[in-house]
Amino acid sequence: MEKSEVLKQVNEIFIDVLEKEDLVINEQTVAKDIEEWDSLAHIRLVVAIEKTFKLHFSSREIQSWENVGEMIDCIYEKVK
Amino acid sequence: MKDFSQLAKNLKKDFTGLTPIKVAVLGDTSTQFLVQALRGLGFEHNIDLQIWEADFDQVERQIFDLDSELYKYKPEIVILFQSSHKLLGKYNKLQNNQHSLLNSIELDLIENIYSTIKKNLPAKVIYYNYTEIDDAVFGNFANKTESSFLFQLRKLNYELMNFAVQNSDFYLCDISTLQNQTGKIVFFQPALYINSEMVLSLDVLPQIASRTIDLINALTGRFKKCVILDLDNTIWGGIIGDDGIENIELGSLGIGKAFTEFQYWIKKLKNRGIIITVCSKNTESVAKEPFEKHPDMVLHLDDIAVFIANWENKVDNIRQIQSILNIGFDSMVFLDDNPFERNMVRENIPEICVPELPEDPADYLEYLYALNLFETASFSNEDTERTKLYQIEAQRNITQQKYTNEDDYLNSLNMISLVEPFNKFNTPRVAQLSQRSNQFNLTTVRYSEADINLLATSENYYTFAFTLEDKFGDNGLICVIILKKESDQALFIESWFMSCRILKRSMENFVLNTITNFAREKGFKYLKGEYIPTAKNDMVRNHYKDLGFESSGSLWILNTDKYENKKCFINKK
Repeated sequence: MEKSEVLKQVNEIFIDVLEKEDLVINEQTVAKDIEEWDSLAHIRLVVAIEKTFKLHFSSREIQSWENVGEMIDCIYEKVK
Repeated sequence: MKDFSQLAKNLKKDFTGLTPIKVAVLGDTSTQFLVQALRGLGFEHNIDLQIWEADFDQVERQIFDLDSELYKYKPEIVILFQSSHKLLGKYNKLQNNQHSLLNSIELDLIENIYSTIKKNLPAKVIYYNYTEIDDAVFGNFANKTESSFLFQLRKLNYELMNFAVQNSDFYLCDISTLQNQTGKIVFFQPALYINSEMVLSLDVLPQIASRTIDLINALTGRFKKCVILDLDNTIWGGIIGDDGIENIELGSLGIGKAFTEFQYWIKKLKNRGIIITVCSKNTESVAKEPFEKHPDMVLHLDDIAVFIANWENKVDNIRQIQSILNIGFDSMVFLDDNPFERNMVRENIPEICVPELPEDPADYLEYLYALNLFETASFSNEDTERTKLYQIEAQRNITQQKYTNEDDYLNSLNMISLVEPFNKFNTPRVAQLSQRSNQFNLTTVRYSEADINLLATSENYYTFAFTLEDKFGDNGLICVIILKKESDQALFIESWFMSCRILKRSMENFVLNTITNFAREKGFKYLKGEYIPTAKNDMVRNHYKDLGFESSGSLWILNTDKYENKKCFINKK
């Protein structure tokens, strides 16, 4: 799977979980940019991504991402 | 069952018109998602759970500080979730020689929490029991070592059950059973716990919410009362009309064990007070034959309150069962192996609960266990007798057909009623009747056993519990009146509820004669009544009017001086 495809699917998950139909994210997006992306929503995003890509994040990984790009990298490493 | 994100989406829907229930949730770990799941699932059950959530880990502060937001909120139900992980944390911090005291330290705290809530709120308490964590320090030997964590946790769960037996407003929500059903690997996700103090996975939250709402529904009078059974391939294997009595699968024949065990389960439900009925497409005599003659049948004809076997469609037959039993469709469960019949019933009677029985009869029981259909908030001796009561009712129907004159019929029943104030013997049944009565219930106030105890000793209340017996048998306690002293002049009928089993027996007149004479003797000039409409009590809309009360705003008034006893066919015991 290409990175762009990962980003596209992650975008879909953000739309579904945050209930924001026209949301577009990119690698530079951070939690501050999206009002609905609070710590609770973050947990739901993590769980939804794990389910969709059938993978598991370690507790350290969940804490480490500074932006969407790092999140995508982490997923990409596991699915490529 | 809907998943968490579907439940979360319900939160934005319109809750107007749903039954509001005020709930407080307090936990020692993060409870935000639990609250969302509860409210979201409540929507599916047509209830508007108005939830106040304590800040994280504020259980003791909120409860022991009587000025806290908890008491200002005045919830009807307080949900407490203290997790096994926090319990393990407490255990880890104890000195070695204190480990075997963990359960009693915790139990003291919980008792203190409960009694403080009870003193300051008229609320029921739902407490989540402890899911098992084995810290594997002792291996199997933990079971032989009182100071092991596993020993302490299990003992605490056991002691909580004892505590619940003794404290009528303390209810346990058994999430430990739920973890046994789903597995700890689904229940608990370590990475989430480490990052966010969440001990419940998103996957399991809908099930926990479901268990909790089952309990809330039972506490507020919504629960299942009756099972309607199909016969062929539901309670035995094969088709009785084709295969014959020797060839149906029961006991050791074929997969008979699955059906035998299923029947034992039904029998236990019957003994718990669930009404068992049969609705089968069969010739009646053929359908009854196994009940009478098959040595491996667990269920017998006297376990069945209403037995309908014919070739009519099941929807009509179920409507007939409903009219005989006089209970709501929403309190009935229909079990049938045939998807066609299930769909037909579901489409025509949407209120009825129709479980999607698995194809393989071996799976019936595990599937039904997981649905947790038969929640209850009380259990009394009368429950075990219920089937007999309904069978007697069927007999009365036959007798009634012999009399053309209603009065002659009622006279022939030789009815007597015992009238008593609330006491320790009738308290469980009074509380139960208040929870079960939906139709003949003027104000639909639900009382717990603790509430009933308070009323019994209060100087501001007069209480009456009525039984009814006739030549066919004893109906037990079937009517309750609670009178509140409003002034020197007037008594307010705070509650009047009655079992629908004894409608049209002149019981209303007997009750009114009793309380009016009582009021007059005590020097009260007026009885005041009120009708509060609900979705189910339309039957008593004109109750006070029909009994001769005069309308006064939203209330109904009866002058006790002018009252003449009404005709009734019941004598005081």
